[in-house]
Amino acid sequence: MEKFTKFQGIAAPMPLINIDTDMLIPKQFLKTIERTGLGKNLFYEMRYDQSGNIIKDFVLNFEPYSKSSIIVGGANFGCGSSREHAPWALKDFGIKCVISTSFADIFFNNCFKNGILAIVLSDKDRDTLMDDAQNTEKSVLTIDLENQIILRRNGDSIKFEVDDFKKYCLLNGLDDIGLTLKNFEKISEFEKNYTDKFSWS
Amino acid sequence: MSKFKTLYDKIWDNHLIYSNDDTSLIYIDRHLVHEVTSPQAFEGLRTAGRRVHSPQKTIAVPDHNVATTPDRLTNFGNEEGRKQLETLDKNAKEFGVHYYPVNDIRQGIVHIIGPEQGWTLPGMTIVCGDSHTATHGAFGALAHGIGTSEVEHVLATQTLIQQKSKNMKVEVYGKLGKGVTAKDITLSIIGKTGTAGGTGHVIEYCGSAIRDLSMEGRMTVCNMAIEGGARAGLIAPDEKTINYLRDKPNAPKGKEWDKALEFWKTLFSDENATFDKEVSLNAADIAPVVTWGTSPEDVLPITEKVPSLSNFEGSKIDAAKRSLDYMGLKPGIRLQDINVDAVFIGSCTNGRIEDLREVERIVRGKKVKSGVRAMVVPGSGLVKKQAEEEGIANVLIEAGFDWRMPGCSMCLAMNADQLLPEERCAATSNRNFEGRQGRGGRTHLMSPAMAAAAAITGRLTDVRDL
Ligand code: SF4
Repeated sequence: MEKFTKFQGIAAPMPLINIDTDMLIPKQFLKTIERTGLGKNLFYEMRYDQSGNIIKDFVLNFEPYSKSSIIVGGANFGCGSSREHAPWALKDFGIKCVISTSFADIFFNNCFKNGILAIVLSDKDRDTLMDDAQNTEKSVLTIDLENQIILRRNGDSIKFEVDDFKKYCLLNGLDDIGLTLKNFEKISEFEKNYTDKFSWS
Repeated sequence: MSKFKTLYDKIWDNHLIYSNDDTSLIYIDRHLVHEVTSPQAFEGLRTAGRRVHSPQKTIAVPDHNVATTPDRLTNFGNEEGRKQLETLDKNAKEFGVHYYPVNDIRQGIVHIIGPEQGWTLPGMTIVCGDSHTATHGAFGALAHGIGTSEVEHVLATQTLIQQKSKNMKVEVYGKLGKGVTAKDITLSIIGKTGTAGGTGHVIEYCGSAIRDLSMEGRMTVCNMAIEGGARAGLIAPDEKTINYLRDKPNAPKGKEWDKALEFWKTLFSDENATFDKEVSLNAADIAPVVTWGTSPEDVLPITEKVPSLSNFEGSKIDAAKRSLDYMGLKPGIRLQDINVDAVFIGSCTNGRIEDLREVERIVRGKKVKSGVRAMVVPGSGLVKKQAEEEGIANVLIEAGFDWRMPGCSMCLAMNADQLLPEERCAATSNRNFEGRQGRGGRTHLMSPAMAAAAAITGRLTDVRDL
C-alpha cells in the first residue's frame, strides 16, 4: 500500500446523511474481476441518468469537484453492506480522505484497509469544513495525518483524532499483508518446525 | 487455561504462530480458490509485486459461474462468467497454483473436490473465499470462509489474522428413523438453535447418529454449520475418515501415511474438555423436514402445516409474514399439499455420489411428474462419471431428469440456471433466501430423497410414504 503523506486536495461537499454502500457502488458492479476501475461507477445512480448520461449538477460531475480527493459528508457515511467495492471505488476515483460526524463500522475499517483516511469530527467542525467545501474559493484543504490536523485555506486548522495503530499503518503504507510480512521471520520459523513435524501436510 | 482441550483448541494451538491481545496469526494448510472471490486478490498481489507464498497448498477451480450445459467449453452462457473464468485461468497459471480447469474431469464444486482429491485432511486449517468451506470440517479440519482481502492475505503469507472462537458441542444421539438423512439432521439442528445459535462459535458435532453417518453425510452436516451461525463445524476423524482418505490422489502415501495416521488418532476432544455451549438432539425425534420460509431456520417436519403468525413472537412475526408473502403460502395448509414447479438436486450440500444413489433408489422405475422441471447437477466431474458408470445417470434420465455438467448451478443462480419469478422449487442446496435461486423464485430446502419424492409426485412429499 502507498504511504499516506500530507496532501492538499479539493474537498467535495456531500451533506446527505446515510450515504450507503449501494449508493457508493450499486450491486451490478460487483461482478467485476478487478478492484481498480470502479471509480467511474462511484455513486453511479447519482452521477448518471438512466441512459447513462452525466447528471450535470451532481457534485462530482463538475469543476473543480470532479477532481476531488476529499469528501466532506453527512452522518452515518458508508452504511449498508460490507462490500469492499465501496472503498475500492472511492480510491479509484482518487478520494484519499472522507470526513464526517460518523461512519458505519465495516465501511470505516474497510477504508483504512484500503489506504483511505476516515476522519470523525464534531458537528461544529464538520459544518465549518462543509461550508469551506461548498465555497470553491475555500474548498482546498490540507490533510496532515502526522500532526492530526486539517489546514483550511484561511490558515486555521482543525485537530482530529485517529487510532494510533491505524495512523501508524497509513503513514507507513502498511496493509494487513505488509504488517504480517514484517513478522516474516516468525512465520518462516513456524513453518519450518511445522513442516518438520507434519511433513505429510 | 484448562489442560483439557477440545478438538478445535488442539487444531488452533497447532497452527498458532503468535497472538497479540485478542487477535492471532494462524497458519493455513490449504487455500481453495474459485473464480468469483479471487480476481481482486490476485490483482492485489500483482500490483504489490507479491507472489503466492505456497502455490503447492493453493487449489483453484471454477464452479460458481460455470455453465452446466454440455457445450459449455464453447458456449459460456454469460459474458461476465466467461471473463471470470479466463481470469482464474490466467491467475492459476501465472501464480503456479494447482488448477482444475472446466475441461478437466476433476473439475467441480470447490468443497466437493477438496475431499475428493485428498487435499482435505484431518487436523488441517482450510480456508476459501466462500462461506460453505465449513464442509471440510467433516474430516476434523478447521475450515471456514474468508473475505477477498483475506484471500489476498492468505495467498501472500499462507497465514490468516483471526480471533479465536468459542467452543460449542452439538450431540445427536440415538438412531435415525427410516427415510431420515444427514440433511434432516443438519436442518433440524438449525431449526432448534436458530440461524444465530452458533454465532461466535465453532461447532463440534458428535454422538452416535453422527458417527453412524458416512463421510458424505458428515459433509452435509458440517456444510450447513454456517447457516446455524457458526464459522465452522467439526467432526472428529475415525476409521471411516481414514478409509475414505486412504486412496485419494493427494493424501499422504507410504511412511508419510503412517505418520499422518498416528497424528490423526490424537484428534478428538478430551473427555473433560469444556464447551461454552452445548445442545443435544435425539435422532429418533428427527423427521424428514422441509423449509417453508426464506430462512434455513424456517424448518418443519413434512407432516406439519404452514405455521400461522400467532406461532411467532416479537420481530419474528414480521419476518414470518414477509416469508409467507414471498413464498406465496397461506398459514394452515398442509406442507404436503404444496405443489412444486421445479426440482434441483446438487450443490456442495448434496451433490455427492451417495446423494445421487439415494435419488436413484427413490425414482427407479418411476417418472418425474409432467410439468415439473427437474435437474440433477453432479458436484464434480468424477461424481458425474461414477454415477454414469453405476447406471444412476440412465435411471435418472429415463425418469425425466435433466442431467447436467458439474458446478454450483441453481444453488446460487449466478449462471443461466435460475428459477423464474414465483416458480417453486424443491432444492437440496443450503439457502432459501429471497431471490437466491433466481429473482422471485421460491425455494424449499430438503434432503435428496425428499426432493426426489417431490419430483415424482409434483408436490412436497413424505418420502416414507412412497
Ligand atoms: S454449491 Fe452453492 S453453497 Fe456450495 S459453494 Fe456453490 S454456491 Fe456456494
